[in-house]
Amino acid sequence: MAAPTTGPSATAPIGDTGGAREYVATGADWDEIAEDAHAHADERIVVNMGPQHPSTHGVLRLVLEIDGETVTETRAGIGFLHTGIEKNMEYRTWTQGVSFCTRMDYLAPLFQEAAYCLATEKLLGITEDVPERATLIRVLMMELNRIGSHLVAIGTGGNELGATTVMTIGFTGREEILRIFEAITGLRMNHEYIRPGGVVTDLPAGCTQMVRDAIPKIRHRISQLEKILLKNPIFVGRLKGVGYLPLAGAMALGAAGPILRSAGMPFDLRRAQPYCGYENYDFEVPTSTDADAFARVEIRFKEMRESLKIVQQVLDRLEAQDRKGKQPVMVADKRIAWPAQLSVGSDGQGNSLEHIRKIMNNSMEALIHHFKLVTEGFKVPAGQVYQQVEHPKGPLGVHLVSAGGTRPYRAHFRDPSFNNLQTVGMMCEGGTIADVVVAVASIDPVMGGVDR
Amino acid sequence: MTSSEENLPAEQQTASQEVAPAGRAPLDVISVREGMFGVHGSGDTSGYGGLERVVSMPGASPRPYGSYFDEIVDVLTEVLAEAGVDFDDAVEKVVVYRDELSLYVVPEHLPLVARSLRDDQDLRFELCLGVSGVHYPEDTGRELHAVYPLYSVTHNRNVRLEVAVPDADPHIPSVIDIYPANDWHERETWDFFGIIFDGHPSLARIQMPDDWPGHPQRKDYPLGGVPVEYKGATVPAPDERRAYN
Repeated sequence: MAAPTTGPSATAPIGDTGGAREYVATGADWDEIAEDAHAHADERIVVNMGPQHPSTHGVLRLVLEIDGETVTETRAGIGFLHTGIEKNMEYRTWTQGVSFCTRMDYLAPLFQEAAYCLATEKLLGITEDVPERATLIRVLMMELNRIGSHLVAIGTGGNELGATTVMTIGFTGREEILRIFEAITGLRMNHEYIRPGGVVTDLPAGCTQMVRDAIPKIRHRISQLEKILLKNPIFVGRLKGVGYLPLAGAMALGAAGPILRSAGMPFDLRRAQPYCGYENYDFEVPTSTDADAFARVEIRFKEMRESLKIVQQVLDRLEAQDRKGKQPVMVADKRIAWPAQLSVGSDGQGNSLEHIRKIMNNSMEALIHHFKLVTEGFKVPAGQVYQQVEHPKGPLGVHLVSAGGTRPYRAHFRDPSFNNLQTVGMMCEGGTIADVVVAVASIDPVMGGVDR
Repeated sequence: MTSSEENLPAEQQTASQEVAPAGRAPLDVISVREGMFGVHGSGDTSGYGGLERVVSMPGASPRPYGSYFDEIVDVLTEVLAEAGVDFDDAVEKVVVYRDELSLYVVPEHLPLVARSLRDDQDLRFELCLGVSGVHYPEDTGRELHAVYPLYSVTHNRNVRLEVAVPDADPHIPSVIDIYPANDWHERETWDFFGIIFDGHPSLARIQMPDDWPGHPQRKDYPLGGVPVEYKGATVPAPDERRAYN
């Protein structure tokens, strides 16, 4: 961006604007800028929105060409949060890969973990060997995470319209979920909880009851949001008919997830290609035919309720298992499973003291095995797979290539936000600048996932 | 079986035994590894240092492919024949691995194959879920691969297209007039791998800055990083550490 110029008539000294007039707002100079822009109203006016803008849902740069209040052309500039996660994964073991991909879409970390681990398991050919309890825990974590992600989508969307209460309610509801995650994984985000072959550790004692106690609180926050939003004339007025993307457009741009469902297509990978045993759960796939921002909010509300339904079914199954005694949460194959489970101690995540005593005092072989598996990792046969899961924002695809070694040869994440952000032009052009904010919020892009 | 193949895990041995039929492309040998522990020139006298392993991706699969894969290949053969293209000319090989179907497509026929897969009522692959690049520096003449996962909502089926081009001439026809969703995905693959998608209206960098030199996801592009000192010892940067691959 150019250095602040002193007045509206100053032309841009920096950057290639092709001789065009450039304004840099520095504060209380809006009147001067507006006046000068009015004087040159016959010229094209290009407005940069973001990347540091509270209404662009993250470090997203939108380049808008405007005619008065009407947006005539929209382009999105991304890449500000690119951190080379995929490249880094090529230099870490298969297990360590989890700690990188969890950081992509930081509002839905468990979906990246689950998709990556399912893909690794497919490459290893051990999909069938993953214990049932690990799969149940994965479903529990993913569905809770879906609610958390949708609460933030709606909450920040409301905040961008100027309704801070919507955000605080959303985040308060998500707090309940983060508290559960912290009890289970030791962390509120960047969990590294799902690993190839299962999960790191079993649920702590009393966890299912903790989740059961949290469900009414989460439901209460969802209801509060529904009451404050869905009949609110300002909210309805700002969202109805805005960010319209019909079925043909959504299909052409591959914008699956809530966007495609808001256009009437009941496409959900949990139904179409069930993974993690989703075929055994009773849930609905909500749709709408309005294809606008309001329909997407409604769908997110309904999906949260469906997720709560799934959570309750998982809890029933987990409790049924609890009655049968201790169940494994990691594959039995000692070449893949780490020799000990981590345990969440009073200080958060911790080592298994019993295992440390064993390898340090009693068994040289166990120590060697532990060392080799943790530092070197396990080998995965050469080949490639593609695994999809239904992420809160749409289908998340993982393309994993192995060259037979202990590290991924290539890991590519088809992040739904990255793909769906392409629809911003189709949703915004022809609307007003205020509608851009609504349309972007309805896509719900998380830039950590978009840029990776 | 050569001595180098004996060291392969069981699965890769089967893959190499299914030698590609006459006229089809040979195996994708992606690497030849030496030694056992990732250490070279250490004066290792154990004998393991002399081991040699050929790493190749799963080779062409014989019929029947199983599942719905035969039907896809049969229908595609018909549709291509109607367009005057022989299936074997357009598709180098068919690989089924881990219950997933891959078609290795000749670059110039990619738009035709993609359009056929999208438009025929028995195929109907409406969604292309992007394109992912892979760089195999040792797969001579086919260093850069582009992988297109397709999905049919109508039939609930998946197929993967893979296109290999030489590093010296990395041109693949763009498919964005068939799958507009691939716009940003092709830009990303250009940005990270340097594959040029001919016909893309604005093949600009998307993640890296516009003036960035090089294509970061290629294997010859260093990861970077600095050594870290901890309690007097130095931990090398991640790409300098020993690899057990």
